[in-house]
Amino acid sequence: MSTPAITSTAAAGGSRIIRPYGDTTGDGMVQLSFTLPVPAGKKAEGAALQLARSMGMDPAMVVHARAMGEGYTFLVLYGRVNHLIDLDAVQVTEREYPLLSAKEINAAIRSRLRRKLVVVGACIGTDAHTVGIDAILDIKGFAGEKGLEYHREIEVHNLGAQVLVPQLVEQALARRADAVLVSQVVTQRDAHLHNTREMAAAFREAYPAASRPLLVVGGPRFDEGAAAELGVDRIFGKGTTPSEVASYLVHALLPARPSRRSA
Amino acid sequence: MSRRPTVIELDRADTRRARTLARRAGAPVVRIARTHTTVSVERATVRLAGLSGADSERVPWVNHLVDAVRAQTGLAHGVALPVWDALARGEGEDLLTLAQKASAGSVTFRLPEGREASRAGRAARAAVSVGVRRIDRARAQRDRLIARLGDAPRRPWIYLIVATGDIYEDVVQAQAAARAGADVIAVIRSTGQSLLDYVPEGATREGYAGTYATQENFRIMRAALDEVGRELGRYVRLTNYASGLCMPEIAALAGMERLDMMLNDSMYGILFRDINPIRTFVDQRFSRQIHARAGIIINTGEDNYLTTADAVEAAHTVTVSQLLNEYFAAEAGLAPWQMGLGHAFEIDPSIPQSFRLELAHALLARTLFPDAPLKWMPPTKHMTGDIFRGYLLDGFFNLAGALTGQGILLVGMMTEAVVTPWLSDRDLALQNVRYVLDACSGLDEDFHPPAGGFIATRARTVLAEAIELLERIADDGLLTAIGEGTFGLMRRPADAGKGLDGVEQRAPGYLNPAIDLLEEGATR
Repeated sequence: MSTPAITSTAAAGGSRIIRPYGDTTGDGMVQLSFTLPVPAGKKAEGAALQLARSMGMDPAMVVHARAMGEGYTFLVLYGRVNHLIDLDAVQVTEREYPLLSAKEINAAIRSRLRRKLVVVGACIGTDAHTVGIDAILDIKGFAGEKGLEYHREIEVHNLGAQVLVPQLVEQALARRADAVLVSQVVTQRDAHLHNTREMAAAFREAYPAASRPLLVVGGPRFDEGAAAELGVDRIFGKGTTPSEVASYLVHALLPARPSRRSA
Repeated sequence: MSRRPTVIELDRADTRRARTLARRAGAPVVRIARTHTTVSVERATVRLAGLSGADSERVPWVNHLVDAVRAQTGLAHGVALPVWDALARGEGEDLLTLAQKASAGSVTFRLPEGREASRAGRAARAAVSVGVRRIDRARAQRDRLIARLGDAPRRPWIYLIVATGDIYEDVVQAQAAARAGADVIAVIRSTGQSLLDYVPEGATREGYAGTYATQENFRIMRAALDEVGRELGRYVRLTNYASGLCMPEIAALAGMERLDMMLNDSMYGILFRDINPIRTFVDQRFSRQIHARAGIIINTGEDNYLTTADAVEAAHTVTVSQLLNEYFAAEAGLAPWQMGLGHAFEIDPSIPQSFRLELAHALLARTLFPDAPLKWMPPTKHMTGDIFRGYLLDGFFNLAGALTGQGILLVGMMTEAVVTPWLSDRDLALQNVRYVLDACSGLDEDFHPPAGGFIATRARTVLAEAIELLERIADDGLLTAIGEGTFGLMRRPADAGKGLDGVEQRAPGYLNPAIDLLEEGATR
């Protein structure tokens, strides 16, 4: 029911125009459900139809309405949308690396690195908010995804909060870290930017350029485009999930192999 | 529960052996718990004596006081003697003043001896017993309210979660959920609270994917559920989390504020939060002693193993953990009706006969723990975002719960892994639960899997695997097993993990009036 119909209507001239597919090509049928903060009744259904029309559904039908508590109504609508989709005009921004499952991440590390990938993580400076780093590293994870620890092929050392930069460098050297993950939540007087620059400088000093671990920072107030300016390899912002980080590590650290992706 | 639930036939020798092994595996850990204390156990003791509040930086006074005592006399004898000795010497007229002065560094603590020690010990016991009696009164009030208002209309109890981050918004959602049929409301904690080494203070309106557990938030929600309970004519239970670094303190606050159920697993913090194993076992024994006294039902966290490991391959680790949780719970004084042992519906639905396997695992737990209100957790791992398929899966989960006589049913949401539940998600989920429970009411009476059938055979296999694993754990030691990654694939050595620096071995003469009162069952 939810697979989009790419049955196409390759019209003359090469442009491909489609519409949602209910049971007939071009019927434009969609379903929609939502809740309105009004008691159930004619008024609620009328309001739902008005919304549906504004959304481009015409005709629309309320097929189900149900009171929820005192002042709310849940509604299910079916209807036809009049909009057309020009497939050639659809712009998709590709992530520069594919999102991998835990299984794929483990397999990639096993076959391409042939040893465990070592990650050292910490909150640096006075920041005691380990929420971010724990969400990414702890097996508990975040948003229903397990953290990096969950991956058999990733060896995680979470140093916790208020780690000093020299300590972090020392641990990275001792553990032979492939990547260093730093979380910064506190942004008072731009502490997160200052700490990140200090950390990047310390790693450049301690390592020859070729063997420096990948430096990754994350936090809710970072600008994801500022990596180069801060001297790190990658910045992750608010809402980043563990699998995005793990997939990035695989992408950035593992020697590539011929792509098997089909077009 | 009046009617005995459906059971499968297990060899009595096997169940006896499983319990003997759990005792053998757990006993050394209990010895460790009895010979150590932690900063949080000591803080909980002072909280029972009535100290609360925080300084302008929001650092609780109990933290200031315990830290100051620890810096001067160490923790090995407990804080009760030094604190009540200081009060007797007039270093502060009451606990709050003493804590305030101690935070400024202007109190000298010492370990009293002889008659001064006896005097301090008596005063400490009198002060702490006030909190213990407050817990007793809360328990008696719960019993009275249940008698007056009525209890949940059926088993399993319907358990719903709220988690807005804002306690006042939680109240609105919780009352709506109760009106829609929820018997138990759980307020999920803010992410990361388990790793805070202090309990935040006051009513809170900002959380991260949950609401902070604070004494004031407990009180606000309890009052709101009592209000809606009077309106509905049934007592609505409240749940929170006694886990993480402040487990003992949260347990004490929960007991005093009349929470009814607490998430409290013997190994969750160790495995999933990398909290030091010794810290966890010491904190947990104290918190379970409080729960026992408070008439609180604990909920254990076996469902978590299945979210990280395969639910078929790792089925026996759930049984092992349930047996260990049962041993630790009983040792701390919890009665079987207080043991909400956990398990979950997490088998990959694409596996043939997955539902029969689920029934086998659920019935095994039901049979092994006939008097425990088992906590039945919905699918999460195989909820893909396809809400239509997820709704069906939740229906099967509810069916398994009805068929196997589960005690507490956490309502599954079809939008699991998509959004935090919307109003309509909750309503649809409750319709699902009610349809299945009403349609199948009493069906467990007719459901008797044959002794030689697939379900009974599978249950016996899982039990046999559990016994095998328990043998290994009993021989190697539980701490070694945890250190080697036996549970949830996590390796957690006993000398590492968060909170280790808050653990101290007790010295001869260690005094903790809270533990004494709880173990003696005394009120004064």
